[in-house]
Parts: sequence; C-alpha cells; structure tokens
Amino acid sequence: MISKDEILHVAELANLKFKEDEVDSFVDQLGRIVEMEGNLSSVDTTGVEPTYNMGDTSTVFRADEGIHTQTREQMLENVPEVEDNLIKVPTIVAKEEDE
Amino acid sequence: MNFETTIGLEVHVELKTKSKMFSPSPVAYGAESNVNTNVIDFGFPGVLPSVNKEGYRLGVMVALALNAQIEEHTHFDRKNYFYPDNPKAYQLTQHEKPLAHDGYIEIEVDGKKSKVGIEELHVEEDAGKNTHGNSGYSYVDLNRQGTPLIEIVSKADMHSPEEAYAYLEKLRQIVQFTGASDVKMEEGSMRVDTNISISPAGSDTYGTKVELKNLNSFNFVRLGLAYEEKRQAAIIKNGGTIGQETRRFDEKSGETVLMRVKSGADDYRYFPEPDLPKFSIDPSWIKQIKDELPEPAHERRVRYINELGIPEYDAGVLTDTKEMSDFFDATVDFGANPKLVSNWLMGEVNGYLNEKKLGLLETKLTPENLATMIKLISDGTISSKIAKKVFQETISNGTEPEGWVKEKGLVQESDPAVLKPMIMDILDNNQQSIDDFKNGKDRAVGFLIGQIMKQTHGQANPKVVNKILMEELNSR
Repeated sequence: MISKDEILHVAELANLKFKEDEVDSFVDQLGRIVEMEGNLSSVDTTGVEPTYNMGDTSTVFRADEGIHTQTREQMLENVPEVEDNLIKVPTIVAKEEDE
Repeated sequence: MNFETTIGLEVHVELKTKSKMFSPSPVAYGAESNVNTNVIDFGFPGVLPSVNKEGYRLGVMVALALNAQIEEHTHFDRKNYFYPDNPKAYQLTQHEKPLAHDGYIEIEVDGKKSKVGIEELHVEEDAGKNTHGNSGYSYVDLNRQGTPLIEIVSKADMHSPEEAYAYLEKLRQIVQFTGASDVKMEEGSMRVDTNISISPAGSDTYGTKVELKNLNSFNFVRLGLAYEEKRQAAIIKNGGTIGQETRRFDEKSGETVLMRVKSGADDYRYFPEPDLPKFSIDPSWIKQIKDELPEPAHERRVRYINELGIPEYDAGVLTDTKEMSDFFDATVDFGANPKLVSNWLMGEVNGYLNEKKLGLLETKLTPENLATMIKLISDGTISSKIAKKVFQETISNGTEPEGWVKEKGLVQESDPAVLKPMIMDILDNNQQSIDDFKNGKDRAVGFLIGQIMKQTHGQANPKVVNKILMEELNSR
C-alpha cells in the first residue's frame, strides 16, 4: 500500500503537479506496483552479495586528457534560449542560493 | 547557563585535473562560457560516463595525507535533484562506499593541541554555475559541470569557531602541499559548509543542528560560527527552541540570515550508478601513491631548521604556501646559500609581492635567477646596493642577472690596485677632511667615502674602500 502523502511527496520530487482525482488514481495504481514489488522481499537473500551493476567489467578508468568532443555551437543548438552563450532558464526561487 | 558548542565541517575541494571527473571535457578556470562542455555534461540521453583515473588518484593522495583508510571496494551513486546547474538531474558521487574514511588532522589553538577526526572523504562532480539575473531569469554556464571534487567531511569534533578556523587552515595547507588542488577560496576551488549546535554544559545530547552556508573566507566561517553561538544561546536562555534550518552569513552585517527551514531530511533517492562498473582499488596502487606523496609542510619545516639552519620562525613563513616552499627549495638546489635565499624571499620578494599585489608565480622571478643574483652578492661581484637594482630588473623582466650586470657595467670594483690610486688622489685634494679627521671629526670619513663612491658611480666595494682609506688616514 502507498499513502496519498507518499504520492504527493514523490510527485514533488519529480517536479510533477496533479489534479486531485489523478492523485487518487495513483494511490491505487502505484499501490499495486509497490505491492507486487514487495513480493521480492519474500526471497531469502541472507549471505548474498548485492548486485550493483549488471555488467561483468570492473574498475574501468579513463586517462586524464581534456578533449572537445562537441563544439559550443553544437551544444547550444538544442537550448531553447541562449543569451551571451549562456543558457537562459527561469529562476527557481525556492532553491535560490542553495546549491 | 553555560553551553557547549559542537561544530562539524564539510569542505569541497576542486581537484587539479586536465579533464572532468566523468567526461573528457577539458577543465579550465575562467574559460569562455559553455566552451568546455559536451553531451555528457549536458546530460543528453544515451550518453555514458567514465571515471577519470587522475581525479581518483588525487583523491586517494589527499585521503592518505589526512591519515584516512582507503576503501578498496567501491562504486558510484546517483544523488537526484532538480536544478538548472546540473541538467542530468543527478550528481554522481560516492554515497554508500566513500573513497576513504576515518582520518584525522592535528590542530593547535592557543598552544593546545587536539585531533579532529575525518568521518569520510569521497569523489564527486561539481555543478555548473548559475547566475541570477533580473526579471525572473537565470543564466547557466556548464563549464564547471563535472569538474572533479572531493568532499571532506569532518567529525563533529570541534568546539569553538577558533578550532574550526585552525582546522580549515591546516586542511588547506595539507591539501595544498599534496599538489592535488589550488585550494583557493576566492576562486571557489575550496568551499566550506558548516554545522553548528549548542547544548547546555554537561548535557549528553546534542542540540539541534543549524547549517551555515555561503562562507567565502575562513574569517567569515569564524565570524559566522561565533554569531551562531551567541544567537542560539540567546534563544535557549529565553526559553525558545532552535529550528532545524539552513542559514547564510551576511558579510555586511556580520549576522547569519535564514535561508530555509528544513522539513525532515532531504530526499535525494541515492542509488548505485548503473552506467559505471564497480571499482576495486588495487592495494599496490595505493601503496605507490603513498610512497610518492610529496613532502608535507611540517616535514619541510623540520628539514629547513635541522638541515639548512633556517631559524624556526623563518621556516614557518617559508612553508606557509607550497609555491613559496617549492621556490625556496629550487633556489637552494641552484647552489645559493639557504639563509640568504630565505632572507631575500621573506624580505625583498615578499615586499614586492605585497606592493604589486601579485602571487610569487605571477612574477618573472625564477629560482635560477635568484640563485645567480645571490651568488653575485656573496662573491663580491655586486654590492648589496646594486643587488636591489638587479633584483628589480630580474623580477620585473625575467632578466638573467650575471649577463645584465656585466652589460650595464654594474660589477663592483674590489681591486685595491684600482681603488688605492683613486683614494690617494681624493685625499691629496681634500686636506681639510684629513685635518678634520685628525681633530676627531668622524664625519670626515663619510664625506671621503662619498667622494670615492661618486667617482666610481657607486661601484666601489665599500669594505675595501674603508680598509684602504683608514690605513691611509692613519698613516698621514
């Protein structure tokens, strides 16, 4: 089960806004998903190493060489609004100064 | 009511690498906006990060210099948050298995020595730079996005703003001498966040933690913490409670100002980065890094005192920064007398740097030229008065002193065969001065030396002149 408060919390973290009735429908839908995933907890994992990665490689480092793989023009091509080669974005007030 | 203060510090340090931590984009301070970016830094779909070996090596180096234990098995995690300075919407960091843990720094405040523990140290990436404009817009430069950082988290072992200050000074010195970072607060290559709480003396529980940000110098850290101690004590004395909040230090008023109230713990939804493999740090690599650790400041200081005969205070000044200490070592390696090198660096050189507001490496002075100049003084080729001219020339223009001295005819005249006839001649023409001298007027000697200097354009060796002159005067 998942509560309405949890749905609202996750929505806020994901920067999503919902109408009241949409939230209710998510309580049901997400609740069932979480419940299904809960079945995994029934497996006994005692003594099993956690899997962090599905690849079979380990410890791959890159040599420290500065390379330009794209130009600034290429990078700024998809930016909606550019000013003086800077990316123009709406100011986020609530988090201002809090990096 | 008396209170006990508890302080913990989180310090971010930018590592000196050529490329970013998880992308091959170049790293350069002060580059044109958004020039050093690529699809990885912009968080394009489908791109893959890769880990910079040098960034990791520098992290291990700093960890070892801080006496910390290196984690041999680690992986990277995503810290999720939305902010325009990081278009990926997550920061790559080491949350679960940090690079190193359980180190310490020794500090000294008012002659009292203590140890401050290092909880952990991890590698992560910096965010871009966000400049707030007017009319509701901000402007983002992603050059800094992905720059390698280490975050050094202290234990809550400090109990006064002075201890926090001493910790930061020592930390900066240790990191600087490893060469892993410039550690310049003014350029943002070192950044400090603090946590402070107070509790009634003797209490066995901590008070509510207040986070203090936006501290642009060590002094502001000290002032900000001192202000917080007083502010929190006043609230508790008046029966109030401390809110769990983030505050910033206002440099103009010297006060701390509320930024935001924390409602519960931040929810960053950390999880292991699926696009990077797990990492095993080879113990032989760690040993190699340890063996190659540059000589730390305190060992250099001891070497200067014991092996080079430098006074304790001077040795402290010389090891204040790595660039000064490196410069001193290099000049001595060119064969100059250590005590004289020390005197020049602490006197004329520091004076020049202060006057011109320059760093040592921003001048044209080289260890080789300084060593040559000092040798020219020691062997009597130039007088100490001429040396000041030579010094100005070589520090301003990088001129090689020996050739310049010859070219300009500044070589000191020390040959008695040249000087004696000149002195005789001057004495023959100044009978009055000789009479004055015989009548006990010592000022006459000064006048005669002045005449000789005038005639030799200041190049006569004063010691030799004085010796010949006195012999002559006494024999007449």
